[in-house]
Amino acid sequence: MRPPASELFAHYDSGGFYCEMFGPPGSEPLPHTAPIRSRLARLRPSTLTRRARATDRELFNLGITFTVYSDRNAIDRVLPFDVIPRVISAADWRTIESGCIQRVTAINRFIHDVYHEQKIIRDGIVPAELVLGNANYRPEMQGLDLPFGTYVSIAGIDIVRDTDGTYRVLEDNARTPSGVSYVVENRHLMLRAFPDLADRIGIRQVSNYGMKLRDGLAEIAPAGVDQPRIVLLSPGVFNSAYFEHVFLAREMGVPLVEGRDLIVDGGLVQMKTTGGLKQVDVIYRRIDDDFLDPLRFNPESMLGVRGLFEVYREGRVMLANAVGTGVADDKALYAYMPRIIRYYMDEDAILDNVETHLCREPEGLAYTLAHMEELVVKPVGESGGYGVVVGPRATSEEIAEARQRIEANPANYISQPMVGLSVSPTLVDGGIEPRHVDLRPYVITGRQSWVLPGGLTRVALRRGSLVVNSSQGGGTKDTWVLE
Amino acid sequence: MSSLLSRFAEASFWLARYVERAENLARILDVNETFARDERGESDWLPILKLHCDEERFAGHYREAEATNVVRFYIVDESNPNSIRCLIRAARENARSIRHLISLETWAQLNIFYNWVAGLSRRNVRLSDLSRLCGRIKEGCQLHYGIATGTLYRDQIWSFYRLGTFLELCDQTTRLVDIKYHALLPRYDDVGSPVDVAQWNALLRSASAYHGYRRVYPHEMTPITVAGFILLNPRFPRSITHCANEIRRHIAELLGNTELGHVSFAPPALDALAELAAWTPTQVIGYGLHEYLDQVQLRLIELGEAIDDTFFLARYSAA
Repeated sequence: MRPPASELFAHYDSGGFYCEMFGPPGSEPLPHTAPIRSRLARLRPSTLTRRARATDRELFNLGITFTVYSDRNAIDRVLPFDVIPRVISAADWRTIESGCIQRVTAINRFIHDVYHEQKIIRDGIVPAELVLGNANYRPEMQGLDLPFGTYVSIAGIDIVRDTDGTYRVLEDNARTPSGVSYVVENRHLMLRAFPDLADRIGIRQVSNYGMKLRDGLAEIAPAGVDQPRIVLLSPGVFNSAYFEHVFLAREMGVPLVEGRDLIVDGGLVQMKTTGGLKQVDVIYRRIDDDFLDPLRFNPESMLGVRGLFEVYREGRVMLANAVGTGVADDKALYAYMPRIIRYYMDEDAILDNVETHLCREPEGLAYTLAHMEELVVKPVGESGGYGVVVGPRATSEEIAEARQRIEANPANYISQPMVGLSVSPTLVDGGIEPRHVDLRPYVITGRQSWVLPGGLTRVALRRGSLVVNSSQGGGTKDTWVLE
Repeated sequence: MSSLLSRFAEASFWLARYVERAENLARILDVNETFARDERGESDWLPILKLHCDEERFAGHYREAEATNVVRFYIVDESNPNSIRCLIRAARENARSIRHLISLETWAQLNIFYNWVAGLSRRNVRLSDLSRLCGRIKEGCQLHYGIATGTLYRDQIWSFYRLGTFLELCDQTTRLVDIKYHALLPRYDDVGSPVDVAQWNALLRSASAYHGYRRVYPHEMTPITVAGFILLNPRFPRSITHCANEIRRHIAELLGNTELGHVSFAPPALDALAELAAWTPTQVIGYGLHEYLDQVQLRLIELGEAIDDTFFLARYSAA
C-alpha cells in the first residue's frame, strides 16, 4: 500500500527562498530530509498541533522561561518552540563546523595580537582606530598571556543562508553568547514529544555540552592547578537569562555564584561556603567586562568582585571569556574578518561574510553610492539598528540624506546587500508555512576548538519577518545535524 | 559539588525563619484579639507594638493603637517590614534564590501563598473576621513546613532550614508568653481569678498547647503550670526545651557533613541556652518570667550571630 498523500506539505510553498527542508526553489526536494518529510507527512495537522501544545505546556511547567520585566512585576515567558525540526546534512555541517573553528581560531589570534605586538595594525590590515578606539578595547589587558592564547572560550557564530543556499556569517559573538540551554532543552523536549519522528534518523547528540564546556574551562585553568574549581558567575535571579545560568551550572556540576559570593583574599579569588573560604580557579562569567570589578572598571558595579582583575592579571584565576574580547565582535571589525583570517591563517574564509562594502575604502564608497537603492547602509559605531537605511524600503529623500551623511564621513559607514534568509516549514494555526530562520552554532575552545553539533535555530514566527529575536516575535526550533 | 555557598545556606535558614515568624505573628494577633473579647472589656494592643519595638514606626502611620489599625499594620502594611505580607514576600525571595536546591512543590506552594497574601487589601482585614484570617495564614505556613519536610533532600540545605525553624520558633514562643506577661503580671492580684484563667486558657490554645496541657494537668490552671508547660515541657514542640534540643541536634548533624569536618562550632550561647532550657518552672517564676524570657532571647541573638559568623561568613561581607 502507498502511504497516504502528504497532506501536511500539500500546500507548502517556500516563496522563492531557500528552504531548509526542500532546498532551492524549483528543485527536487533535498534527499537528506526525505525520511523526516515522509514521517511528518503521515501526521495530521491536528495531531501536530496537539503535540505542539503539549510541548508548550511542558516548557512552562519545567520553568524553561525567560523573564520579562514590567514595572514591579516579573513575568515568566516561554520562548515559543516550533515542533518541526531544522535539518542540516552531514556535508553542510562539515562546512559549518570547519568554518566556525577557523573563525574562532582567527579571532583568538587576533585578540592575542591586539593585546601584544599589534602586528596586524602595523601591517596595515586593520585600521588602528577601529581597534584602539573601540569602546570594548581594554588597555588593561596589554601584555597578559593566557593559556593556549584562548581569549574566547565560548563563541556563538550567527549564520544565515542566502537564497542560493550559501551559508554566511552575519555576526560573531565573542563576549557572552546565550541560548545554548535551549539547544539542549529543545532536543529533550523533541525526543519526548516525537519519539517516532527522531527514531533511527541518526541525529548527532547535543546533551554532552555541559561536559564539554567543563572540560574546556578546566583546560584554561591557571598553570599548576590540577583539579580546578570552576564556578559560573551570574548577575543573579533578576537577569533574563538566569534560567540558562542555572541550567549550565547544573549541567557542568559547578556552583552558580554571584559577585557577593566571591571575595579576593590572600591574592586569590575565594568562594564563601559554609565550610569556609574555597579557592576558585576558573570563572565562567555571564556578566560584562564593565561590571566585573568595581576597582578596575565601573565603580558602581554591585555585580562584580573587588580586586578580581588584579588576581586575573597575576594569572591566579582565569576568566571565560577573557576580558576585552569585545574588540573582536564589533560590527565594524566584522567587515575585516575575511582579511583577518587570511592574515593569521593564510587561508581563505570557509564561511563567507555577508558581502560588505567599506565606505572608508574608495571602491567601497563608490559602489555604495552607486547602488544606494539596493543596499542596506549601516553606521559602524552604532548598535541596535540605529541609523540603518534599508535601500529597497527607503524613500528617495531618506536615500538622499543617507548619501550626504556617507559623503561627509565615509569611514563611519558600511553597506551590505539585503540577505533573503532561508526558510523552514513551521506550524502556524494548524497549517504549515515557510518562516525565516538563522543558526547559531556554539564553539568551545580550551586547548583546541569543538563545535556543538547542532545550534540554536531561531525562527521569525511572523509571516515575512526577517527578525528572529525573541523580543520581537521570534521562536526556536530543534536543530538536527545528521550523522 | 558538595560544598554549599554561604548565601544559599543563609537563604534556607531565613526562608524557614520568615515563615515561622509569620505564623507566630498570626498566632499573637489571634490571641490578643481573644483577650479583647474577655470580661475585662477593653483590649490593649500596645504590648504587641512594644514587643516588636514598633511603637515609633506605627506612630508614623497611625494615630492610635486601636485594634483595627494594629492588625492592619501587622498583616497588610507594606511600610512595615514585620507585616505578614512583607515576611511572606521575604520568605519567597529567599526560596527563589535557592529554587534550584528545593523541591518544585515547596516553591510552588509558597508562590501561591504569597500571591494570596499580597492580594489581601486593608478591607479584607476586619476584627470580626480576624480569627478566620489568622487561621488561613497559619494554615498556609503549616502547609509550607509540611511540603518542605516531606520533600527537601536531607543535606546542608535541610540542616540550615531546620536551624532557622527552631531558632525562630524558640524566639517566638518567648514572645508569645511575654505578651501574657505584659498583659497580666503587673496586676498580680488578678492571678488565679476567672479572668486570668480564661486568658491562660486562650494562650494555651493560641500555642496549640491546650490539649497537650490538659493531658498533663487535667485539673490545674496556674501561671506556673501553664508557663512551665509552654516554655519547658520537652514534649511540647514549641517549648524552649524542645527547640533547644532540636537546635543542638541539627548543629551536630550539620557538623557531621564531610565538607564541614574541619569546622568547629561551639559558641557559649549554645550551652547557655541548653542550661536555661533545663530550668524548672518554679525557678523561672522565682527569677522573674520576663527576665528569664529576656535571657533566652539574648542567647538566641548570640547564637544567630555565631551562625552568621561561622557558616555565613558574615565577616567578609562589605559593611
